[in-house]
Amino acid sequence: MEKEEPLSQLTGKTWDDSAVRCRKVPQNIPVVSKDKNSPTHGHVSEDDTQPSNGSYTQDSASHHHYVSPSKVLLVLVVGLSFSTRLYKIKEPPHVCWDETHFGKMGSYYINRTFFFDVHPPLGKMLIGLAGYMTGYNGTFPFIKPGDKYEHHNYWGMRGFCAVLGSFLPVFAYLIVLELSHSHTAALITATLLIFDTGCITITQYILLDPILMFFIMAAVLSMVKFKQQRYRPFAASWWLWLVLTGMSLAGALGVKFVGLFVILLVGLNTAADLWRILGDLSLSLVDFGKHFLARVLGLILLPLFLYVTIFTVHFAVLNKSGPGDGFFSSAFQSRLIGNNLHNASMPEYLAYGSTITMKNLRIAGGYLHSHWHLYPEGVGAKQQQITAYLHKDYNNLWLVHRPNKTQSGSPDLVRHGDLIRLEHKETTRNLHSHVHEAPLTKKHHQVTGYGINGTGDANDLWQVEVCGGHKGDLVKVLRSKVRLRHRATGCVLFSSGKILPKWGWEQEEVTCSPYIKETPSSQWNIEDHFNPKLPNISISILKPNFLEVLVESHIVMIRGNSGLKPKNSEMNSKPWHWPINYQGLRFSGVNDTEYRVYLLGNPVVWWTHLFSLALYLLMVSVASLAIQRGLPLAAKRVEHARVLKSGGGLLLLGWLLHYVPFYTMSRILYYHHYFPAMLFNSMLTGITLDILLKSADLLLRPPYCDWLFRFGLMVLLLAVLYSFYLFHPLSYGMMGPLSHEPGSSMAGLKWLASWEF
Amino acid sequence: MLQLPLVVTAHIDVLLLVLSALSLWTRLSHLSSPRAVVFDEVYYGQFVSLYMKRVFFVDDSGPVLGHMILALGAYLGGFDGNFAWNRIGAEYPSGVCVWSLRLIPAICGALCVPLGYLLTLELHCSHLSALGAAVLLLLENSLIVQSRFMLLESVLIFFLLLALYSYLRFHNGVHSPTLRYAWLLLCGVCCGAAVGVKYTGVFSYLLLLGVASLHTWNLIGDRTVSHLSVCVQCVCRAVCLLLVPVLLYVFWFYIHLSLLKHSGPHDQLMSPAFQSSLQGGLSRITRGQPMEVAYGSQVTLRSSASQPMPCWLNSHRANYPIRYENGRGSSHQQQVACSPSKDVNNWWIIKDPHRRGLTVDRPPRPVRHGDVIQLVHGTTSRLLNSWDEDGSLDTWRPNFCGVDERTLPFNGFCSSEIEEDISLGLCSHDVAAPISPQAQEVSGFVDFNVSMTAQDLWRLDIANREAESESWKSISSEIRLIHVNTSAGLKLSGSALPAWGFHLMEVVAEKHFRADAVSFFWTVEEHRYWTTEGPAGADGGSQLEDKQTHRSVSFWTKFTELQRKMLTVKQEETEHKYSSTPLEWITMETNIAYWMDKSSNAQIHLIGNPVSWGVANLSLLAYHIIVSVYLVRRRRGFRDLTEAAWQHFVCVGCVCVGGWMMNVLPFLLMEKTLFLYHYLPALTHLHLLTPALLEHTHNHLLSSLTHQRALRVCAAVALLLILCSYWFFSPLTYGCPELSANQLQVLRWRNSWDFLLRRQ
Repeated sequence: MEKEEPLSQLTGKTWDDSAVRCRKVPQNIPVVSKDKNSPTHGHVSEDDTQPSNGSYTQDSASHHHYVSPSKVLLVLVVGLSFSTRLYKIKEPPHVCWDETHFGKMGSYYINRTFFFDVHPPLGKMLIGLAGYMTGYNGTFPFIKPGDKYEHHNYWGMRGFCAVLGSFLPVFAYLIVLELSHSHTAALITATLLIFDTGCITITQYILLDPILMFFIMAAVLSMVKFKQQRYRPFAASWWLWLVLTGMSLAGALGVKFVGLFVILLVGLNTAADLWRILGDLSLSLVDFGKHFLARVLGLILLPLFLYVTIFTVHFAVLNKSGPGDGFFSSAFQSRLIGNNLHNASMPEYLAYGSTITMKNLRIAGGYLHSHWHLYPEGVGAKQQQITAYLHKDYNNLWLVHRPNKTQSGSPDLVRHGDLIRLEHKETTRNLHSHVHEAPLTKKHHQVTGYGINGTGDANDLWQVEVCGGHKGDLVKVLRSKVRLRHRATGCVLFSSGKILPKWGWEQEEVTCSPYIKETPSSQWNIEDHFNPKLPNISISILKPNFLEVLVESHIVMIRGNSGLKPKNSEMNSKPWHWPINYQGLRFSGVNDTEYRVYLLGNPVVWWTHLFSLALYLLMVSVASLAIQRGLPLAAKRVEHARVLKSGGGLLLLGWLLHYVPFYTMSRILYYHHYFPAMLFNSMLTGITLDILLKSADLLLRPPYCDWLFRFGLMVLLLAVLYSFYLFHPLSYGMMGPLSHEPGSSMAGLKWLASWEF
Repeated sequence: MLQLPLVVTAHIDVLLLVLSALSLWTRLSHLSSPRAVVFDEVYYGQFVSLYMKRVFFVDDSGPVLGHMILALGAYLGGFDGNFAWNRIGAEYPSGVCVWSLRLIPAICGALCVPLGYLLTLELHCSHLSALGAAVLLLLENSLIVQSRFMLLESVLIFFLLLALYSYLRFHNGVHSPTLRYAWLLLCGVCCGAAVGVKYTGVFSYLLLLGVASLHTWNLIGDRTVSHLSVCVQCVCRAVCLLLVPVLLYVFWFYIHLSLLKHSGPHDQLMSPAFQSSLQGGLSRITRGQPMEVAYGSQVTLRSSASQPMPCWLNSHRANYPIRYENGRGSSHQQQVACSPSKDVNNWWIIKDPHRRGLTVDRPPRPVRHGDVIQLVHGTTSRLLNSWDEDGSLDTWRPNFCGVDERTLPFNGFCSSEIEEDISLGLCSHDVAAPISPQAQEVSGFVDFNVSMTAQDLWRLDIANREAESESWKSISSEIRLIHVNTSAGLKLSGSALPAWGFHLMEVVAEKHFRADAVSFFWTVEEHRYWTTEGPAGADGGSQLEDKQTHRSVSFWTKFTELQRKMLTVKQEETEHKYSSTPLEWITMETNIAYWMDKSSNAQIHLIGNPVSWGVANLSLLAYHIIVSVYLVRRRRGFRDLTEAAWQHFVCVGCVCVGGWMMNVLPFLLMEKTLFLYHYLPALTHLHLLTPALLEHTHNHLLSSLTHQRALRVCAAVALLLILCSYWFFSPLTYGCPELSANQLQVLRWRNSWDFLLRRQ
């Protein structure tokens, strides 16, 4: 902490200066924007000529010798941001929270081992790259949180995330400056973000969030800058910001699907922009077409190209079989070195007399499996169990027979609509179903193994149907989606994905579903196929092309995402918890002897955000009402209303887009999902509070309102700094007793009972 | 006297009358056939029966007004509620007036047609367009099917249309302000009713609010109106459109709760406090039981978490296995679990750790927040018997206490004196719990009189206390039990024990508890004691000194609890053969089989009129194209339409296309099992669009007379085709006449439609 003190004093002083300086912001903007040839010049000078601000001109005159204080401020923001984020970056020297996933995935890239994750690959690729560049060799196993790193070089990956995270306050500063042309607003935003413990914590570890937020903020910044260039269309800088926006969008989407929200934000803005251009009757339709095509190029085609490139690199790098194989289809697996399907050869069409394995098409669907165990008493008929099993073993092998036992000499191919009997190779029981309720899915029929040496009854007959096929079609190994319809009852073989209890060895339930729906749960895929009488062909010709791989991996990712359902026993974080800072996340350590890090936003900062959100809505509705009602307003107020409506509206939209969709998600949610929305909220806070304080002259006369303005800023600054001093152990780690005991560094700070530190 | 002639001038819209008559005829004829339970009647019927018997229930599928309206029909027809709604197709007995059960939805459905007519007129369309809209609604087979049975969609659509119509009357109002605001009030009432019938009514309500706020915004911008007038008008609108619906919504619940006085099948979902306000059930048991829990009290402790099911703290004569299947060890002490059924093993005695006795002093010493207690399991037969003799035990509880002593596992134990014998103290220790190894095991500590360790001390923490020294009250206090030694809280873990634990719910002690986690909370449900003065049988009166003065639970508390339960209770997602997704509705991919005759092929399906369905989709597409072209052209400075015509076109779009979108898009985000009938409100909006769009095309887009004539001919042909297809599909709508297999095959226009065929 001793390091922190002088730092915060320093900020205190500079803030003070800036508070004074920002009175003459409008004076400076022209200075700054001269080289930019800023179109805002017009309304800024309008501000200048305001009669209501006598003190203001004097003030600015006395400071006129400053050339570019914005540069000084920017350097200050950058410095503080980097120092708070990089401080104690190596602590704690063990795996924290989700580092166990993303660190591991970074290692997979270094080892080139194929894995499966629900997020697109860019974030993990960058983590892997950062690790590789800083001398990490990919050998650390990242088994569980709390594992010591010891001699492994982990700081590179953390440092990379922290550096990206350090850009967030800087970007926020620039965005707000661009939107409001007020250094005060920009500085308020930067301060709130720099001294937010949550923002610091989430950017200090090997996580996807700092990378994601970096791209989100970069996209918003470039979009705002691009808008700024609208009076110089098709100039070099115009193109530059357009391309940067597109690149950032691709980056955001490439890290997590949450990036879609910022794409939506940019999309809506672009649509509004195009609509404005369309309404500009001085432009011809050809001009409009040029604008339109440029945006299609920069914001759709370029990101798409980059996004596909990311996946190209992903699949090119990960070419060895690994833990992710089972999630993908058989055809996909044949691409991976070390997988048993790689360079394998087998007969191309399913034939009678073949030995096969069948894999369910559901995500992480298992192989049709049976073993020498019966269903227990009380679970349907006491016959042999049929399950779905995720690992490869000899109990997954099935023989394909004709309904009658006659075995003809020449191998005939199985066709769509044929009746077959499937005999389990190991136990010689037939795949059988009957009208008993299934063990877990009560509305389905039970599937059992029945008969001996392949002799069963009429309930052992299944009709082969190739999805989308017609009568007489052949069944392609690996490629055809096969449905097995039970002849007697008309139900289809179904893998529900539910886990059987102990008696079923915790394998997955297999049932016969009476609901004939096109669902992957009832579709199967023939994976291994042995038939000595048929010529083997190399299945490398079956290898899917890149587009198919891309589509499949997306389907798998999306299904994986929606498959992350909250478990009953786990306490689920609700979206309404987040803005009120109801509950954080334990990053490391539980007991009083451990080094504890707790992800929780600085409550003063977060509650200020919440307060300003309400304030913003109030202010903007008052302003709109006044304008709609046609009340006479001073030019300054009109300008404030414009900033509130356009700048604030953009940020509010960003907040809504990054927050509201979580209410409709049924997947498991975590506190850290709120952080992108929080960034938008803090920028909105900057604008709102700045305009609120500048409107102090509604209440007081000129000299006093100026004092109130400065006083308000001071109070805000001190509150943020003091709360940061109080709560900084949450981010930088704490040892010793828990907060409810008196000796703790957090004693008395457990303001909400739901905080767990 | 009579200077002027007595004149009655009546303007009768014959068109409207004819339409109403036709509509009533299509919806009401042969209403009581089939005399069998049709589709969801089986679901709504059980609630109607419960209303007739005035038994409390919770239905998470929708709010209460819909059920009440159905029940009203049943009440008028003299239905006594004695019918087992157990399967679709079951015949109604002769005593049931089927006609009256189905009457109200049918009338509501029939009234939708004239409403459609009036609504189109109110959209400033011609009478011809209005006629077209009404005919489209009239001949829509799906609306007819849905109206003719005891189902709620027709009632919902009726209220939605009436709300829209009355709002437009208000907005277009040329009448006196009083009359205008009467229309607005009616609009508010209809919105409240629509949301009260089905939650999906909210979507249309939101649309209406959107339109209304746009109009209000324009009003605010109108500088010819004075500030005061603007304020008054805004307040009036807010009251009518916001306050009235909300109040009405609550009012439905008020009626609901005042009607349903008796305890019933869903009692256990509710808190003990709620249950005790119902007649019968828990309140019969708890009536007259002491209020304050004292040292020596005998109590049952119910977990406040009703997920996955309500349960009571329980122990039984079985120990934890020495080793679990995964090799971990246990304490091998007596199991403590949470039992979803009420039985004698759920009884616990509150004991003062510093005293030996298990009886209550006189006067009783209440247990207060922060006190340290022991919980002793088990009751003696002496107690039970004496209680039994006391007479306050109802035979209503066959599964309980002394009545079924023959099934007690404690028979031997019950007959002995508790002070001398072994008893079980609830305790916890640093042994991992069986299913959730991160938490501590909770067990019954055998022989607690000998080794008095501190392992079985629990601190009482009353969560909803008002004062620090609040005493522990049965039913109303929500308590946590904090283990003194380890400061872990007693918790229902939510997982079930395996066979060795008889599949009861696991109970653990967990150190890290969240303040709000409901699984840590427990409530005393049943409570009794007797004093040291002697057995209760002797002076039964003395034991019940501070009788539970029946604190009536306020309506507001009951309403909020019921509302929360309705929104949070989740039924397991069930697959259904006829379920469909929103995108399939637009193309009518699936039908729903509602009923099939027992012996013949006569059957009823929810299936729309395919032609009008197609026409509606076409006009939806056309509107989108036309409006986009208009918008772009306006933006480029071409004014094709007069401002009034443009406003009219936009208004039609808002009501029809907006209504369609609001009633379809939200379903895309839902994960519920959805059915084709969820699309009907959206379809109704869409049917209003077609004639208005045709009129617009005719008046504004087509300039040459030939084209206009061609359009008229097209419209007439389309109408004729719609009539034909209505006629064609009507056997499936009315369930008669019976169709042969071939005829069914002819009707099967899409492969995905599923008609039933009885095997000969």
